[in-house]
Amino acid sequence: MTKVTMTVNGKSVSGEVEGRTLLVDFLRDAQRLTGTHVGCDTSQCGACTVHVDGLQVKSCTMFALEADGATVTTIEGMGNADGTMSALQASFQEHHGLQCGFCTPGMIMAASSLLKVNPKPTEAEIRHHLEGNICRCTGYHNIVKAIMAASGQDVSAIAAE
Amino acid sequence: MPKDHGIGASPKRREDVRFLTGKGQYTDDINLHGQTYVHFLRSDVAHGIIKSIDTSDAENMPGVVRIFTGADFEGVGGLPCGWQVTDRHGQPMQEPGHPVLARGKVRHVGDPIAAIVAETKEQARDAAEAIGLDIEELPAVVDMVSALAPDAPKVHDELTSNLCYDWGFVEENKAAVDEAFEKAAHVTTLELINNRLVANPMEPRVAVGDYNQANDESTLYTTSQNPHVIRLLMGAFVLGIPEHKLRVVAPDVGGGFGTKIFHYAEEAFVTFASRQIRRPVKWTSTRSEAFMSDAHGRDHKTKIELALDADNNFMAIRTDTYANMGAYLSTFAPSVPTWLHGTLMAGNYKTPLIYVNVKAVFTNTVPVDAYRGAGRPEATFQLERLVDKAARELGVDPIALRRQNFITQFPYATPVAVEYDTGDYIATMDRMEEIMDISGFEARRKASEAKGKWRGLGVNCYIEACGIAPSNLVGQLGARAGLYDAATVRVNATGSISVMVGAHSHGQGHETTFPQVIAEMIGIDESQVDIVHGDSSKIPFGMGTYGSRSLAVCGSAMVRAAEKVIRKAKKIAAHLLEASEADIELKDGKFSVAGTDKECAWGDVTLAAYVPHNYPLEDIEPGLEETAFYDPANFTYPSGAYACEVEVDPETGKVTIEKFAAADDFGNVVNPMIVEGQVHGGIAQGIGQALLEAAVYDENGQLQSASYMDYAMPRADDVPFYIVDHSCCTPCTHNPLGVKGCGEAGAIGSPPAVVNAVIDALASGGKNVPHIDMPLTPHRVWKAINQ
Repeated sequence: MTKVTMTVNGKSVSGEVEGRTLLVDFLRDAQRLTGTHVGCDTSQCGACTVHVDGLQVKSCTMFALEADGATVTTIEGMGNADGTMSALQASFQEHHGLQCGFCTPGMIMAASSLLKVNPKPTEAEIRHHLEGNICRCTGYHNIVKAIMAASGQDVSAIAAE
Repeated sequence: MPKDHGIGASPKRREDVRFLTGKGQYTDDINLHGQTYVHFLRSDVAHGIIKSIDTSDAENMPGVVRIFTGADFEGVGGLPCGWQVTDRHGQPMQEPGHPVLARGKVRHVGDPIAAIVAETKEQARDAAEAIGLDIEELPAVVDMVSALAPDAPKVHDELTSNLCYDWGFVEENKAAVDEAFEKAAHVTTLELINNRLVANPMEPRVAVGDYNQANDESTLYTTSQNPHVIRLLMGAFVLGIPEHKLRVVAPDVGGGFGTKIFHYAEEAFVTFASRQIRRPVKWTSTRSEAFMSDAHGRDHKTKIELALDADNNFMAIRTDTYANMGAYLSTFAPSVPTWLHGTLMAGNYKTPLIYVNVKAVFTNTVPVDAYRGAGRPEATFQLERLVDKAARELGVDPIALRRQNFITQFPYATPVAVEYDTGDYIATMDRMEEIMDISGFEARRKASEAKGKWRGLGVNCYIEACGIAPSNLVGQLGARAGLYDAATVRVNATGSISVMVGAHSHGQGHETTFPQVIAEMIGIDESQVDIVHGDSSKIPFGMGTYGSRSLAVCGSAMVRAAEKVIRKAKKIAAHLLEASEADIELKDGKFSVAGTDKECAWGDVTLAAYVPHNYPLEDIEPGLEETAFYDPANFTYPSGAYACEVEVDPETGKVTIEKFAAADDFGNVVNPMIVEGQVHGGIAQGIGQALLEAAVYDENGQLQSASYMDYAMPRADDVPFYIVDHSCCTPCTHNPLGVKGCGEAGAIGSPPAVVNAVIDALASGGKNVPHIDMPLTPHRVWKAINQ
């Protein structure tokens, strides 16, 4: 077992981990940050997406040891300082961008990462960026719409509500 | 103006906040004091005799608490099947046992052989690798037709063959159907495969068993669509635990799509093992395990024929289907290719004669059961592909041929035993043509041609039977349960309301929609109403959520319970207002006396019910809480018309969906936003089936598509924005809300539209291809173009 220390959602945390412990397991099991989900075991589904040092990372593809000293943000750290939802989170609610909610944290993490580098993405850019995040409920329609709306684009003309 | 509250409004979902902030409580988020972890050692061969299992080394591995094998389940029941189908000759289906852990033989890749319980999940996994397993591999049966050959290896040695049943429906119609085919002016024939799919809710299954010695009570936390059904099946048939000692909790569940209806071995195992070791036992499926242990869907091989007269009227339909059951009978598997498939074969058309034959077959594959639509997508796909093929053969417009044969009078009794109460297929077709801009298609086709692409338009209709189902009817058809639902409306002293419902929400948004109904009935704010679901200790009873039944069946129970509450509240109000009960009106949360200005508030009455100082105690009891069970009088019959436009790249065979429109008739709609979301998701799953998804076995029974590397899930850039519309509305005639159900329509209605569109695109490129089996991968389409 090895000790790791990292900053998670602005708080310094540490714990003993095995070499094989994945970052997602460290977050879920040791830190009880259960908003980050595990939907597959081949790094395809994106439900475990977090930010590590500001970059979008699937936390099942990274060992906890590799995140030693890193700054990690999970879905629990994505709200506004006053406890309300961020504009992106609120947009997902406004546009019904989630159903069962399981892929949702990963979607928020991925979308916020996109908006950081591309503040007004096109529909095609959004769909391309979400390649690594699978949703089985929404058919992506309202996810794409929510992200476009969160970036300040008019979505009223998009086919049907 | 759209409504801003109550029935017909689209308030934002209240459950979203916890999901968007990482505060959802899914089963894997539950961790109990003293919890152990189980890892299942599963068969890596499709068929074999278990010669020996040596657990001695594994038992001494660090952290191992106990290792279980099939021998530990001596005297314990097997997993039951909830539906018994009777065959063409009046005989019951062949029904093999389904042990919790394999005994004697393994019958599919993924069949659990041993269960290692340890202090950590890593220790359990490590110990599994130290188990010595000697399995003598047997030849596997994978293909359904060869499984029925007389010399085929048997999946279950105790059965006479691999045939589960040979079902004919309606058997009495067979001769008349055959005769109609002899007289037909034209016969269209189509052979097709409805591809095997894996439901793939994004949350893998999880089960936590917890035994409380103090009160001899077991609790199972599980990812289920129907906790009471699991309590019934596991308690009564597998473990022999009476209902009052068994609690089943399904908290937030990350999607179901049918595959979380069924009772699974892992649920029984963790409950059983926690009683044995007196500690909680937790199992979390990996996605790889999900592929080889979640019940799969579809997997039909069908020949369907349509007889038409000289005026292109449909005279008769005849089908022959092989339906894969997999290695064991999953909970509702036998009902899917029969009563959920054969009864829908009339579709939207007034075909007078129909005969459906289904042979259900055991193979060395994962069990197959209901997946979003369950039998109805299979019926719709073959029928709507067939009608399209007929139109092409006859040289008539596919929309016109459909319109000519539409059922237009309701109620309509089909020749396959169901009676459609309402519908307006012309209206949904009209609406679809409008929203799809069908008249602009030729211009779009030319634009595609200019880019070197072939554009095709595919249309189809669908009808489905939802809101399963009248208990007396399904009882006659072989269901071993009633299919009513239940709700309790508990009004608190301050007027707020908790509604305990038997339906389970795993993405459908019941926590938002059900309060809309109650708020509308009473005239109070939706925030005053909360829904409680998913815990057998908190709700009266319930058969759960599947078959688009939640609002039609459980919602009806909720309305009935609320009506009882309102009746009692009016008695109390009459007393408080010193008026006759018959004169009391409830509107906007106020009771008033008709023709006077006397009134009292909802809260005054509810407070009086719990503080009955001034109260008609001689007539009614204190308190304000009512329960209702609702057993539907009929199925509901949502219907619609769908259209898809594709572009095919003739160089590569790649298909892209350019435009998709769905015009549905769901009857009355409580929350349009949520209904549209359900349709979007269904369409994406249908497009997935049509273009991308397939569970593929090799000839040895190895599952070759057992991860997201190989099983192609639809991703954001595989699908377009969808045009959806539900403005056509013929309310259901037999439930109090006039609702029909919208959960499966998209998955039922979309695959034929996509395939019809690709066939049309190829025809526009001069390639007259009669059919391509799903999924229409670039390779398959390219082959069809170049053959």
